[in-house]
Amino acid sequence: MTRTDVILRKFALAAVTIAVVVLLNFILFRVLPGDPVRAVIGRGVRISAETQAALRVQFGLDKPVFPDQFIDTLGQWAQGNLGVSWSQRRPVAEVLVAKLGNTLLLITAGQLLSIILGVGLGLLAGWRRKTALDVGALTFSLITWATPTFWLGIILLVAGSAWLGLPTAGSRDPGNVGKPMLEVLPDIAEHLILPTLTFTLVYLGQYMLIMRSSVLEVLSEDYILTAKAKGLTVWQTLTRHALKNALLPVVTLIALNLGFTVAGAIYIETVFSYDGLGRLFQEALNRQDYPLLQGAFLLLAVAVVGSNLLADLIYAYLDPRVKTT
Amino acid sequence: MRQLGTFWRAFRRNGTGMLGLFLLVVSVVLAVGAPWLSPHGPTDTMRDPVTNRVLLFAPPTVHGPLGTDDAGRDIWTLLTYGARISLSIGFLAGVLSIAVGSTVGIVAGYFGGWVDNALMRVTDVLLVIPDIPLILILIAAFRQLDLGVSPLVLLVMVIGLLYWSSTARLIRAQVLSLKERQFVQRALAVGAGHWHIINRHILPQVMPLIVANTVLVMSTAILVESGLSFLGLGDTTQPSWGTMINFAFSRNAVSNGAWWYYLPPGLAIVWVTLGCTLVGNVLEEMLNPRLTRHHLEGEAELPRQAGRGTAPTELLAALTGRSRNGEDSGDTR
Repeated sequence: MTRTDVILRKFALAAVTIAVVVLLNFILFRVLPGDPVRAVIGRGVRISAETQAALRVQFGLDKPVFPDQFIDTLGQWAQGNLGVSWSQRRPVAEVLVAKLGNTLLLITAGQLLSIILGVGLGLLAGWRRKTALDVGALTFSLITWATPTFWLGIILLVAGSAWLGLPTAGSRDPGNVGKPMLEVLPDIAEHLILPTLTFTLVYLGQYMLIMRSSVLEVLSEDYILTAKAKGLTVWQTLTRHALKNALLPVVTLIALNLGFTVAGAIYIETVFSYDGLGRLFQEALNRQDYPLLQGAFLLLAVAVVGSNLLADLIYAYLDPRVKTT
Repeated sequence: MRQLGTFWRAFRRNGTGMLGLFLLVVSVVLAVGAPWLSPHGPTDTMRDPVTNRVLLFAPPTVHGPLGTDDAGRDIWTLLTYGARISLSIGFLAGVLSIAVGSTVGIVAGYFGGWVDNALMRVTDVLLVIPDIPLILILIAAFRQLDLGVSPLVLLVMVIGLLYWSSTARLIRAQVLSLKERQFVQRALAVGAGHWHIINRHILPQVMPLIVANTVLVMSTAILVESGLSFLGLGDTTQPSWGTMINFAFSRNAVSNGAWWYYLPPGLAIVWVTLGCTLVGNVLEEMLNPRLTRHHLEGEAELPRQAGRGTAPTELLAALTGRSRNGEDSGDTR
């Protein structure tokens, strides 16, 4: 398969996935008893039957669900119009955008840390195979794999607040809400520590494992023998020859992990009352705020599929085995 | 039967496998023996024998062995009854997901062509959509439909019907290589039907792999169940370990310093997941022929197996000092 083929296939997969998500979202939206008229005027408001009928016509709800309403909804979504949140009485898109930054900050910090630490530790573990360091690293990743994210979060919350006096809730101090970001940077950073630590511990093990096994794999290749014969030390061989090739599976894992990252954000933000998309999702679920739930799902799914596509493209570009035409 | 004996002897020699089995046996005993392991019922409130006041958030030093919760219920009792819920959901969802995954894998691998292509594209799509948000939205929709389905059944269905992609890929790869073997080709030549071949020739060969994978998938199912229950999707009248942690967290066990409320159920989840992972890894190492010749497989496929959906197989080989090239793991084949 040529590189163009691979890239085209990845684009096709992404397109199909988005289509499935959109369709699913539309179908569920029709299944849920969410009358868009009610959504706009509020559930408690009384209106006459005539007004309601007029509003139905205005919103196009008198038309058949398929294709008219479907096409109409698609058009609305494409324009970023995701309806109105029932619990917040604001446009869903507006609510989502307000929370997006915090979540991106948390996910980026957590992923970066776990990738850097995981790759480093994996490299060491593979290099010093079957030593105490290796066994310790493996045991650590086995245990973190078996630990539920939210529970680890609770433990760290208790430990961090009791012993280190770190803040346990929110994304900044109540007094600092609304102030410009630059002024309250230390406060934001302080609130990020525990959630980021949880994130890092949860995902670190996997990066370490994949790095370790690809280091072992690379170390058994012939060109490593050549490098050794050339007189390079093991460490030089690792950093100059093995590291680059061993990083390829890590790229794939990052892409694969994006979906799980979202799950991690939901759990961690819930535990730390962190003001982001994950907690918003959980709250929308509890308050049965369906427009918000649907909008958040659409946003998360599109973001994950998009980032996945990006990672796949990077992979196709990095891996010399995917040939150019 | 003799095969089983040989297998058991090989398994028994494996330290990590036995450790995993021990963890699993203990938790099953906890679940089965719940009514006999504690003098209290799961809904009884504990009272101080002297003052007759309800013991709220009583530490283990006041009420043994694990204290009481915010409503004065005995936490040890809740833990044993919670084991029943967590383990049965994990088991049922695991079995359901294996059934779906194996069927998809066998059909895709055996029939090939457009069937294979279609099924594998479905698998791809399923792998990319973020799993937990999808589950949350599905459960929200189902609840709203008000079909009268118990939340626990809903959890089993949703987990079972969504977490089968890794199994399907694994089984498919195995079936693909089996299909080319002579015994299948011969059976085809003498006119055996597809159903007969799958039933008599393919299934017995992939069965060991299916069994090994079941245990691994169960660990995923238990973890996912605990997470969803923590988010409040469990059955509040029949609390699983995840629901217990949800209660503890939402009813201020943390600010009351009631560590005996939120620590035990979490440790129990780690305990069981660890048990499943260890046993599943050893079984897979013993039974999966693909692990013995990983060098020849497509490298790009390798990390796909290592996401949070599947347990880290590489671990065991390393922890037991065995190499994945199978120097001494071949007794069962």
